[in-house]
Amino acid sequence: MQNNIIDIEHLYKQYEGSEFFSVKDLSLVIKRGVFFGILGPNGAGKTTLISMLCGLIKPTSGKLLVNELSYTTHANLIKQQIGVVPQEYALYPTLTAFENLCFLGSMYGLKGKVLKERVNHYLDYLGLEVFKHKRINTYSGGMKRRVNLIAGILHEPSILFLDEPTVGVDLQSRLVIVDFLKQLHQKGTTIIYTSHHLAEVEELCTQIAIIDRGTIYALGTGEDLKLQTGKETLEQAFLALTGTNLRDDV
Amino acid sequence: MTIRKEFLLLVRDFGGLAILFVMPVFLVITVTLIQNNTYENITNQKMEILLVDLDRGEIANKLVSEVKESGTFEFISELDNSVLTEQRAKEAVRNGHYQLAIIIPEHLSSSLTERIDDNVNSVLAHFVDGDTLINKTYFTPKEVKLYFDPALQNSFKEGIKGAIDKIVATIENKSIYSAFASQLSDSDEPQALFAQESLISFKEITPKDEGFDIIPNAVQHNVPAWSLFAIFFIIVPLAMNIVKEKNQGTNIRLFTMPTSPIITLGGKVITYLVICLLQFYLIILVGKFVFPMIGLSSFDFSGKLIGLTVVTLFSGLSAVSLGVLLGTVAKTQEQSSPFGATFVVILAAVSGVWVPTFAMPNFMQYIAKASPMNWALEGYYTILLRDGGIWQTRYMIILLLLFSLLILSIALFYDKKKRSL
Repeated sequence: MQNNIIDIEHLYKQYEGSEFFSVKDLSLVIKRGVFFGILGPNGAGKTTLISMLCGLIKPTSGKLLVNELSYTTHANLIKQQIGVVPQEYALYPTLTAFENLCFLGSMYGLKGKVLKERVNHYLDYLGLEVFKHKRINTYSGGMKRRVNLIAGILHEPSILFLDEPTVGVDLQSRLVIVDFLKQLHQKGTTIIYTSHHLAEVEELCTQIAIIDRGTIYALGTGEDLKLQTGKETLEQAFLALTGTNLRDDV
Repeated sequence: MTIRKEFLLLVRDFGGLAILFVMPVFLVITVTLIQNNTYENITNQKMEILLVDLDRGEIANKLVSEVKESGTFEFISELDNSVLTEQRAKEAVRNGHYQLAIIIPEHLSSSLTERIDDNVNSVLAHFVDGDTLINKTYFTPKEVKLYFDPALQNSFKEGIKGAIDKIVATIENKSIYSAFASQLSDSDEPQALFAQESLISFKEITPKDEGFDIIPNAVQHNVPAWSLFAIFFIIVPLAMNIVKEKNQGTNIRLFTMPTSPIITLGGKVITYLVICLLQFYLIILVGKFVFPMIGLSSFDFSGKLIGLTVVTLFSGLSAVSLGVLLGTVAKTQEQSSPFGATFVVILAAVSGVWVPTFAMPNFMQYIAKASPMNWALEGYYTILLRDGGIWQTRYMIILLLLFSLLILSIALFYDKKKRSL
């Protein structure tokens, strides 16, 4: 089994019609089993990078391998190994949690008893068993986030991509989600995760990359980043690297 | 699972279901009732017409009696207990209270009688005395004025004009015969000299195979035509469904899964195709069982169900493929819904659902022949009204299939290209 689960070299992405590169000459290696945090201000290129890693968009140039495989030749094989938890709820509002998860699980090839058992297991684990036959549009934000998370891990992927999985949820739900992610990591899942919640990133991630303007500014553990910048907190280190200017863009 | 998901999404959208099933039924019932009644208005029911008789002679009397005999019109010569004037009749028609006013000019009867007598005398003189055939008297042409409601449709107007013209021509002919008869006979009943009944009459025959006895009527025309309109309206909810999935982010999630877009698309296509079939069955059942209850003829599809199902299946596939393309291209529901609805209305107009294609200008006929709704309509008419089978509709079916495959390929290609940006 290869040790590098993500291998990126000189990756570029320029959207059609745009003058700028959203990702520019980015090189990165992520080891198997790492809880990897990607930090960056708005418009830094985090979502573009995650989208390329999930196979949603194609790079303009450069090398991108997931588990030694390229999307150009082995897209379906990679997709079987990854789980994606997008920032949007990405669920069907008029279906129940159970129906949503059964459908999404079936898209990974799960079926019958195995599918139902997994759905019930994770719903129970994340405190949603009682509400499983209620429609998603009756759920609170925190409940939707938990269903959204289950949808990404039903097929038990070896790599899990999460785009701000705790945004807009109450503290209770956040704690349940964070605890669940820790357990997944302990079981060996490689987790690649973006968030603006720096304390959460520091608590969870074994390795952090700070990216801005499409390229990596710093890489290491939380302690490494603080040392590199001579700051006491990760937030101070983040601001030292990315500046305090607003990044509003349309 | 994809089909189950699509089915669940549909059944839980009450508004969407109403659009898909209830509205088409209302549409077909309403349009058939209106068209059936319009047809009956012209042929069976009496239409009230204002009559201003400035002549007060024989012509007006004959016109009234001929009209009574025809049973098509009923004359009104008084309004609010006072005799009609041309001005009042004109006002009443212009305001839309009546659709037509006929103004019979002064001295029409006497002028007509004099002219006919003059002509008859001239002809007889030619035969009896050998005089040359020259009319010696000049008669000022008389105009019977017809005031039409400006809102009246041209086809309807032409129909009424034709009926009035026929009555006037009959009166004129009878007057000529009477004039000849009076001159040539000493009998008390000179009219008996000539047979005045029409020699030539029309018999309407629809070419058909032996044993095929479906008579074309408003129901046989309207049910397939408007069912098709309803089926193509599936473009709107389907496009909305796709756009909604894009906005919810669910389709992004599906793209990250090891599933071919053809599988997810296939689920939609099959589900909505089944909806098309159910829509059609519902409409034809309403046509068969509900229409007679509301005074319409029953829709007759006996022995035609398999052929109709095949045409519906391929028509539905065309409609679904258009819905998929629209949903793929549109970014918001505000884009997809009005465009989809307007597009279907235009397609129906172009395809001959409202106006027969032969009545369209030449270039529009070419456009109609390139329209999937027209192919489908021709398929239905071939089966229902021309006693054709599936074999006779093969070209329409092949065209519908090729069209659907082309549109679905464009949608898939567009989607792939958009995601590779």
